[in-house]
Amino acid sequence: MPEYKVETQNFNLFYGDFQALKDINFHAEPNTITAFIGPSGCGKSTLLRVFNRMNDLIDGVKVTGKAFIDNMEVNDRSIRVDELRKQVGMVFQKPNPFPKSIFENVAFGLRVNGISDRHFIEERVVESIRKAALWDEVKDKLKKSAMELSGGQQQRLCIARTLAVEPSLILMDEPASALDPISTGKIEDLIFELKKSYTIIIVTHNMQQAGRVSDYTAFFYLGALIEWDKTIKIFTNPTNIQTQHYVTGKFG
Amino acid sequence: MKRRMRKILEKITEGILFSSSTVTSLAVLLIILFLFREGLGIFTSTSVDRNNVLAVHSLNPVNELTTQQIGGIFNRDILYWDEVGGTHDSIILFTINEIGNYYNEEELGTDFEFLPQKIDELISHQPNMIAYFPNLYLAGNFHGKVLPHNKIGISEFFAGKSWYPTSEPAAQFGILTLILGTLWVTLGAILIALPIGLVTAIYIGEVAHPRMRSFFKPLIELLAGIPSVVYGFFGLVIIVPMIQKTFNLAVGETALAGSIVLAIMALPVIITIAEDAIRTTPVSLREASLALGASHWQTIIRVILPYSRSGIIAAFILGIGRAIGETMAVLMVTGNAAMIPTTFLEPVRTIPATIAAELGEAPYGGTHFKALFALGIILFIITFAFNTMVEFIRPRKSK
Repeated sequence: MPEYKVETQNFNLFYGDFQALKDINFHAEPNTITAFIGPSGCGKSTLLRVFNRMNDLIDGVKVTGKAFIDNMEVNDRSIRVDELRKQVGMVFQKPNPFPKSIFENVAFGLRVNGISDRHFIEERVVESIRKAALWDEVKDKLKKSAMELSGGQQQRLCIARTLAVEPSLILMDEPASALDPISTGKIEDLIFELKKSYTIIIVTHNMQQAGRVSDYTAFFYLGALIEWDKTIKIFTNPTNIQTQHYVTGKFG
Repeated sequence: MKRRMRKILEKITEGILFSSSTVTSLAVLLIILFLFREGLGIFTSTSVDRNNVLAVHSLNPVNELTTQQIGGIFNRDILYWDEVGGTHDSIILFTINEIGNYYNEEELGTDFEFLPQKIDELISHQPNMIAYFPNLYLAGNFHGKVLPHNKIGISEFFAGKSWYPTSEPAAQFGILTLILGTLWVTLGAILIALPIGLVTAIYIGEVAHPRMRSFFKPLIELLAGIPSVVYGFFGLVIIVPMIQKTFNLAVGETALAGSIVLAIMALPVIITIAEDAIRTTPVSLREASLALGASHWQTIIRVILPYSRSGIIAAFILGIGRAIGETMAVLMVTGNAAMIPTTFLEPVRTIPATIAAELGEAPYGGTHFKALFALGIILFIITFAFNTMVEFIRPRKSK
């Protein structure tokens, strides 16, 4: 079996009777960025949430087939879901910092993992905020509430918070869709920078964004993975006519 | 024509709505005004009825007596004049119905026309006597000393430990026992309702399966609709005997029984509002916490409870605010002894229970009547303070 960071084999997911994901076969190599694109309701966010099992929160979800992180089956009984989520970080569509101080937001993941060494936490918090390219803007106000930051800063704080737990895979669910162009640019630069140490899957509605940041792009439609290839190929010479229509803006 | 009719109709409707809301607001204001007018009258009233007098011999050095001293003297707790600032002589009591012990009917006259003179004569001959008799029989040329009627003081009212509103000659209106009784019962109710309410709200809001939730929530809301007298009856029949047996007491009607009943009554309000507060925690925060590897319980304790803290506090204040004013159930189970409690296993008397039990017997406009209204003011202020607190603590809806 080849060494993939993320892999699915014949993966299906049902919300009750509704099939949201149809026979998905997908994989991603380490230290790559994959963009999931497709119209609303196509299943791209649902697939993203398979990898950290956030779909567990929804009643009546059933899955068949297999999904792997580092060759570990995520739905295996022996997997502890909180352990899995420490390896698989997630950044959400809307910035969702806790109504706590900037410092405590980043320290949260460490504290719930039972780390109480103050020096260690302090170091890790500073390091994570630096990695998230937020340090210069917040270094003087770590004790201030995270709610006082701008939307773009909040989103980078959420990324810092995710990095603090040291995941190897980061899932991003439209991380820049609620931000202005300048903040979006900063987030994209950050994502590109993070590729060096992390594998990233990003869901986006923004074609330009997918084109700018990702190595691979996967196009989903009605729960099926229609086409999946190098980003440059998808955007310049897609094989599938639906993909072509979508990336050229003929529907979506 | 039709349009004009509609316009007139709309104007009339508007007028009705305006006047009804005005009348309602005015009525509320008037009730509060009435409460204060009647209640504040207590501080211009006297503890000794104005239609009666207390008199002593003219050479008696005692010039005035406090309400408590009068009470002590007529209870035979105080036996010597020097205890109230007089000479070292024992006090001789006289009330009007003892007149027969001193004079026969002939001496008093057929229509008691000589009674004032005889009382005057009696007091003049008895330097150590204190006499209590109606104004009516005060002789025009009375030779004794009439003691002044003391107004009930604020400190006497609030710090007085004796609540004997009907005792003669001096009624005692010390409400400290009642305030403390109310606080004890309320404190007990908080101690019981706080953990149970919080745990239940967390269970229903966070842990319970939606099917369990849709079963529990209406059930608890239903509890709020049960008349308080039913709770009182339940307390009297079940809780009171249980306490009596468990703690091996002579009577089971205790502060604890009141606290338990109040806690049960406050729980529906507390649980419903606290659970609403818990559920208003945004899904995004919940997901953020879980995605960082926090367990469900860590998420509850570190994210959901802090986020809904103000709503939960508001729930408790509202629940307890309701409990403080609760009357019937408490009246039935607390034993209503106006004593300062030292443990939860003693009978207590609360402010609302006192008002309910005594208002029917207090003569309209009398001192007792006014004292009960003053208790009403205190209750109003306490609950008003609680509700105001909620206004400040509760998160604003427009956010």
